[in-house]
Amino acid sequence: MDIQLLVTLGVFAPLLGAAIAGLFGRRIGNFASQAVTTGLLFFSCFVAWTVFIQHTWGHMEAFTVQIAPFINVGDFQSNWAIRIDALSAVMLIVVTSVSSLVHLYSWGYMAEDDSRPRFFAYLSLFTFAMLALVTAADFMQLFFGWEGVGLASYLLIGFWYKKPTASAAAIKAFVVNRVGDFGFALGIITVFWMFGTIQFAELFPMIADRAGTGWEFLGHTWSALDLAGALLFVGAMGKSAQFFLHTWLPDAMEGPTPVSALIHAATMVTAGVYMVCLLSPIYEYAPTASLLIAITGAVTALFAATVGLMQNDIKRVIAYSTCSQLGYMFFAAGVGVYESAMFHLFTHAFFKALLFLGAGSVIHGMHHEQDMRKMGGLWKLLPVTYAVMLIGTIAITGLGIPEIGGFAGFYSKDSIIESAYAAATTGHSAAGYFAFIVGLLAAALTSYYSWRLIFMTFHNKPQWTEEAHAAHAHGHDDHATDAQLETHSEPLPDAHDDHAHDHHGPLHPHESPWVMLVPLILLSVGAVAAGFIFAPHFIGHHENEFWRGAIFSGAGNHVLHDSHEVPKWVKWAPLVVTLIGAAFALYYYVLREGLAKRMAEAKGPLWTFLYNKWFFDELYDVVFVRGARALGDLFWKVGDVKIIDGLGPNGAAWASLKSAARLGKIQSGYVYHYAFVMLLGVAGLLAFVIATFGA
Amino acid sequence: MAVTDHILSLVTFLPLVGAAAILLARFVAKGEGAANAARWIALGTTLATLGVAAWLTAVFDPSQVGYQFVERYEWFRAAQYHLGVDGVSILFVLLTAFLMPLCIAASWTTIKDRVVDYMIAFLVLETLVIGVFTSLDLFLFYIFFEGTLVPMFIIIGVWGGQNRIYAAYKFFLYTLLGSVLMLLAMLWMAFEAGTTSIPALKEYAFSAQAQPLLWLAFFASFAVKMPMWPVHTWLPDAHVQAPTAGSVILAGILLKLGGYGFILFNLPMFPQASQQFAPLVFALSVIAIVYTSLVAFRQTDIKKLIAYSSVAHMGFVTMGIFAGNEQGVQGAVFQMLSHGLISGALFLCVGVVYDRMHTREIAFYGGLTSKMPWFAAIFLMFTMANVGLPGTSGFIGEILTMTAVYEVSTWAALFAASGVIFSAVYALTLYRNVMFGEITNPALKTITDIDLRELAIFVPLIVGTLWLGVQPGLVLDVTAASVEGVTTAYRAAIGG
Repeated sequence: MDIQLLVTLGVFAPLLGAAIAGLFGRRIGNFASQAVTTGLLFFSCFVAWTVFIQHTWGHMEAFTVQIAPFINVGDFQSNWAIRIDALSAVMLIVVTSVSSLVHLYSWGYMAEDDSRPRFFAYLSLFTFAMLALVTAADFMQLFFGWEGVGLASYLLIGFWYKKPTASAAAIKAFVVNRVGDFGFALGIITVFWMFGTIQFAELFPMIADRAGTGWEFLGHTWSALDLAGALLFVGAMGKSAQFFLHTWLPDAMEGPTPVSALIHAATMVTAGVYMVCLLSPIYEYAPTASLLIAITGAVTALFAATVGLMQNDIKRVIAYSTCSQLGYMFFAAGVGVYESAMFHLFTHAFFKALLFLGAGSVIHGMHHEQDMRKMGGLWKLLPVTYAVMLIGTIAITGLGIPEIGGFAGFYSKDSIIESAYAAATTGHSAAGYFAFIVGLLAAALTSYYSWRLIFMTFHNKPQWTEEAHAAHAHGHDDHATDAQLETHSEPLPDAHDDHAHDHHGPLHPHESPWVMLVPLILLSVGAVAAGFIFAPHFIGHHENEFWRGAIFSGAGNHVLHDSHEVPKWVKWAPLVVTLIGAAFALYYYVLREGLAKRMAEAKGPLWTFLYNKWFFDELYDVVFVRGARALGDLFWKVGDVKIIDGLGPNGAAWASLKSAARLGKIQSGYVYHYAFVMLLGVAGLLAFVIATFGA
Repeated sequence: MAVTDHILSLVTFLPLVGAAAILLARFVAKGEGAANAARWIALGTTLATLGVAAWLTAVFDPSQVGYQFVERYEWFRAAQYHLGVDGVSILFVLLTAFLMPLCIAASWTTIKDRVVDYMIAFLVLETLVIGVFTSLDLFLFYIFFEGTLVPMFIIIGVWGGQNRIYAAYKFFLYTLLGSVLMLLAMLWMAFEAGTTSIPALKEYAFSAQAQPLLWLAFFASFAVKMPMWPVHTWLPDAHVQAPTAGSVILAGILLKLGGYGFILFNLPMFPQASQQFAPLVFALSVIAIVYTSLVAFRQTDIKKLIAYSSVAHMGFVTMGIFAGNEQGVQGAVFQMLSHGLISGALFLCVGVVYDRMHTREIAFYGGLTSKMPWFAAIFLMFTMANVGLPGTSGFIGEILTMTAVYEVSTWAALFAASGVIFSAVYALTLYRNVMFGEITNPALKTITDIDLRELAIFVPLIVGTLWLGVQPGLVLDVTAASVEGVTTAYRAAIGG
């Protein structure tokens, strides 16, 4: 089959699945909805791998399929298109692989939910929007996909719409993303007026000539490309939950766990990284914007890791971990190694999806318990889950021996840390040393919280007892209020109420069904092997043939090359800090079991600060949420009612019309008064016209 | 004599013929029989008008800049019966003809009193509104433009809510002021230029001294219609009191008369004044976007909230028009047409729950999704269209007008872009409060999902909103030549 047609079918297949399950799901039933969406997703996945293999080993040239015109006004020209190059090929396999496995996994995870067609429709809709995003050939389609995945994220976070925390989290995600999109939209518009085009293919060759020129914005002259790059990056900050705009991501864990794995770990949140790499032709000529990216990324990597240390909700730990890993990707891009950023995006997709789905398996096995303090000792009962979680943990902590090898995260994360060092010593990035040190610190913290998760969940004494759990979760409402205090458990669907005692009775943690375990096993293959198989292509000897210009590096940018030449201690440093982090976790949670609990009970200032996530939610609530409410009330009750109406219509004559009796009298008259006045006007007008121009 | 020679007269006055037919039917049938006859005749007439309008659009040649299907007869010595459409006005005719049958269908069972009068009012209103968009003579335009208020008043005043008189009163005060000034300006222009032909007046160069006053006079009238901040406070009251179909027409079409007027008069006839006052318009527009969005956020009445959101969305229109470039005017026209579909659909959504529960208080509702899944999906779709999600028509106008104004004022673009945040806040909060959560109000336990009649009303709007969102060229290609004519002339006149 013609590859262009195949790609087109592959991109639209999830949309078809979403439409079928969404519109006819009730008619065709749960099974058919699941089968159609999952089947079509596997087809997309097959197409994506075909494209990727053809691109990597088959010497397929980059191409763009033009589908239809989109918005065309003057120079503002955009089209529906499918752009296939190295970058989009990587994203295609990430998105479709994780998505198809998540579809499959959800057969088991969502088996008791009675809105399954809706769930699968949303998942497929998300996948379509994400594919539209990564294959865009201009800014408008990129923005379409960008906000489309935002919509799907909103729908899936709020999937259990009866739960107030879920709908609040959904709104928060959408609105915070809109803050990012506000900057993104301004960035796109700036690019349009700067270059007269929003087509990537036309734009990129024009950028070099713009370097160093100025641009008027808000009455101030800015460095043109830095301004465009910084505005566009604001969009990436929102979508990828970077510092200041990160607050929505932990709350997004209100959604079902497969959603967290697909959207809030592997794919959507990496869209910002993808966008920065795609726009490398801009950022290579925008040193200040790149510096901003590097610093933001590094701060996020460290900040999120510190918060992750203290969380007790198994999903929130992984959520903060995601936030932190995204920070790594950004500072990699910021110091100029877009290749490493994309590579980490790629490997992270596998091991983070694995960790989330593994956590989902634990939650499933624990009957919707998410608080790690109520787990422990599960390794015997959930052996497969335990094994894959171990693999995921080794992968994310980047455990591996320099010059020999390791799991996926080892290749990508070490490359980022080494690149930061190289960028610092060669003077390529002013944020290099900062990023390097933060990268090492965050790696130690990553190791600590990741192993802490393993120890609290799978090792130690079981913290769940049949009596304790039964008492804890007997009433649905008690369960919910308790959950809101500390953790956010997923609600039991309505269907459960019929046989609630099966679940609320004595707790028997159990291993998940095979339909959930198979995706886990496949992902762990990725978490193990994605690093050493693909490192040569993404960041190694074959990187030029692999990327083939999809990523642009300026003439002075040799950071990736230099990163292979860093001193030995730099190469070993990540391993050392990772082991230190793991050792601390082992000490606090296994050797001195109970120590961490006592520390939490002491509630020291640092503990309080980190446990409350640096108080961002509280700050934003006071400033933005209450601020908007107060302003809204002010504008409404003072602006509209008192000032405008008071001085305007009411002030004019209303005072004299206050009495209800008089109102009654004129009630019937208004329309006719007006009609009368208007007719008089028309008559007078005609008379005037006739008299003036007339016979 | 080809049909096309009089096709504009046909599309304009066909609804009036329907109104006459209803009057006749009233002599034949009485009571419920007359009501049913009125419903069917109104539906048939509006559908026939839609057919004519669709055919008109199909045979319209979008590559031409000038007016087409022109009819011109001596009427009085100076004023002429002069009709014609260009790429902009033809789509407003189509929008009007498209929304009217939906309004009739939406009123099918909910209007029980004085059905005959109600249907006549709507048909007369349709003739007057289409007349505004087809007339090319100053005084013909004025008569149609002002005439639209009479049936609208009657619709609010007779079939409206409890506080309809206050609403009508506000509407009256605001509108009267504007129309008096516009009338004076028109008289002066007819005198000065010696013609009442709008195409001729567009060619006429009014002096630099006269332009600002004339501009302000027209502005006063159209700004009230849009409505722009700070003359917007009549709109929420009018919407709250109007019956559902009245709100659909008010938001869907009557607000657009203001924007249409700006494009027809202010921009081409007074270009220097337009440029001079553009900063004022931008300021009022971004205030409308930010201020009314925040006010919308705090509303407790569903309809009032959507009414305020309309004001915010019209801010993009005024901003785009006076940016004066192609993206701006194209975007403004698109935004008006798109908002006609979206706001119409949103008011119909309010109508759905109002018909069942007879209250618009947000606090009364909550958790409707579990009882009304189809309604939830439809309401969600239009909520997303309202916040300008790409893929819906709501996005196109916003991005184009924001792009346009950036060229003239980056500050205006900055504030306008912040509107995308605020619209998400109020729209999603409304959706959450009405649709999400558990049902706690016992009165809602028996609420039913939308029926087939309601679904049939929504389907054309859904199709239109999505189709235009994905293929905006359907509109932009029709308006392109005419808009380019306007913007090129404007640029030439201001020497830009």
